Amino acid sequence: MITQGTFAQLPELDDSEIESQLRYAVGQGWAISIELTDDPHPRNLFWDLWGLPMFDLVDPAAALGEVRACREAFPRQYIKVNAFDARKGRETIALSFLVQRPPGDEPGFQLERQHGPGRTNRYTLKAYSSQQPHGDRYQ
Amino acid sequence: MTTVSNGSTSTRWNAGVLSYKEMGYWRPDYEPSETDILAAFRITPQPGVDPEEAGAAVAGESSTATWTVVWTDRLTDHSRYQGKCYRVQQVPGNLEQWIAYIAYDLDLFEEGSIANMTSSIIGNVFGFKALKALRLEDLRIPVAYVKTFDGPPHGIVAEREMLNKYGRPLIGCTVKPKLGLSARNYGRVVYEGLRGGLDFTKDDENINSQPFMRWRERFLYCMEAVEHAQERTGEIKGHYMNVTGPSMEDMYERAEFAKELGSNIVMMDLTVGYTAMTSMSKWARRNGLLLHLHRAGHGTYTRQKSHGVSFRVIAKWCRLLGVDHIHAGTVVGKLEGDPNMVAGYYDTLRDDVIPVNPAHGIYFEQRWASMPGVMPVASGGIHAGQTHQLLHYLGEDVILQFGGGTIGHPMGIAAGAAANRVAVEAMIKARNEGCDVLGEGEQILRNAAKSSPELLAALDTWGSVTFDYESTDTPDVVATPS
Repeated sequence: MITQGTFAQLPELDDSEIESQLRYAVGQGWAISIELTDDPHPRNLFWDLWGLPMFDLVDPAAALGEVRACREAFPRQYIKVNAFDARKGRETIALSFLVQRPPGDEPGFQLERQHGPGRTNRYTLKAYSSQQPHGDRYQ
Repeated sequence: MTTVSNGSTSTRWNAGVLSYKEMGYWRPDYEPSETDILAAFRITPQPGVDPEEAGAAVAGESSTATWTVVWTDRLTDHSRYQGKCYRVQQVPGNLEQWIAYIAYDLDLFEEGSIANMTSSIIGNVFGFKALKALRLEDLRIPVAYVKTFDGPPHGIVAEREMLNKYGRPLIGCTVKPKLGLSARNYGRVVYEGLRGGLDFTKDDENINSQPFMRWRERFLYCMEAVEHAQERTGEIKGHYMNVTGPSMEDMYERAEFAKELGSNIVMMDLTVGYTAMTSMSKWARRNGLLLHLHRAGHGTYTRQKSHGVSFRVIAKWCRLLGVDHIHAGTVVGKLEGDPNMVAGYYDTLRDDVIPVNPAHGIYFEQRWASMPGVMPVASGGIHAGQTHQLLHYLGEDVILQFGGGTIGHPMGIAAGAAANRVAVEAMIKARNEGCDVLGEGEQILRNAAKSSPELLAALDTWGSVTFDYESTDTPDVVATPS
């Protein structure tokens, strides 16, 4: 299982728990962004945006509605919520958690060890899923 | 003899001994300039020594003075180079101690050099006979001087972006036993901890390169462990490779090897000294690796309230010379740390503007002029059952290092790691949902343990362990509850 995100090792959040987290983020004045990918490599930092980040939100239900719409459009992708804090001194993501995993077992990663001099290894991590073309990765 | 406040009298320059006050180091009329470095010293004069004279002596001995009048002062614009004691205040409820406030002109200090600043401010003066004890409580570093330092190679924001981890404390563990494991066995602990849910594992301060495990072997096995754990979790992990060594050449060699292997972080000990730490900071910035600092040895001079240097000053020096992590206390763990004092250290490391706060031991407003914050590390006798207290006292931008609290778990190291990760995530989730984490913490943990047998076992093993001893270093002023 891939443990990315603030609540990665807790049981999957249900929609009311997701809404609670969205309420907290909106209450902090953070912008909500929904992002999706079928390449869960840990260094894949730029997932596809589901529209622009939602600024000036008042009602977290609107953000939850977008989460649901994104799930409906992309049922076989990873989806996460990012909350951006624009305050000076932070100006980065303040909260980031998965709201959907693709169905079925995550095939995970392959670690390639290329043997080098002095018993060193050069390591390469590859997601098995990303060895399929984009769109065919999770069935 | 009449003495005017700047020390210029007709007899000022006669050969012989003159009091420090008369030499111009006591300046109650002096208005500190915004580019002055300001210091607050706790002084305990010898019996019969006037506190103003003692304060003047500290100002003198930490700047230009020698024990007697020298005519060569007159070849300089000497009053500018003199440290100026502008106030002494008796410590509330203590007849022996005063706080002496001293201003130093910026020209006294080399740009970007902690070594130079410390040679003056905590140099010869600490052995001065007229004082029974002397402690540097706080420094105000003016923005003009802050800007001559590089600061943290990355800082909190860049570190979180590098690790792709947001919204919760980071979780680590120091490999135990700290001495004696072979490199392969050591790597096993790293692998188990990281795959179980830790973000980082850590070499301890005194693991350098001993007969039972040389540094190069350790680095090879630890990197294998890090990469393998990343494969298992799809998450970025790291191990603080301690590059502390007998010389800078050794340290650079070790750091270069860690970089070649692909490590994202190296560490060093405070014992290497300010210049060596600054060199490693420049190296880390140049090479894009995080730099962790273990404050080994600081307790020898930070702990006693009457003599030494407060840790808040060490924290300022380390933020200036530039580290990404520094151990700064746990409040609830096994090592010294009054909650108010620790709050002052954490603010000093993380915030951009720190206001005067006597209840937290902060004597001066400190402005960092956007210098990135340092991630404080809480390490030493903490366990999952304290997660609510840790979050309450230390906040979210902190690394919680559970050493024994991971490795000593009855179900194994990975289970210990999972217990800590679940406890932290559950506490953040509950806080965000509006729970009072301090009041409801134990219940939050028990609820989370329903779906985590690892957390349940951790709570059953350590739930009631506390280290409840009185702190030796406490603020002089206690905040009145509002």
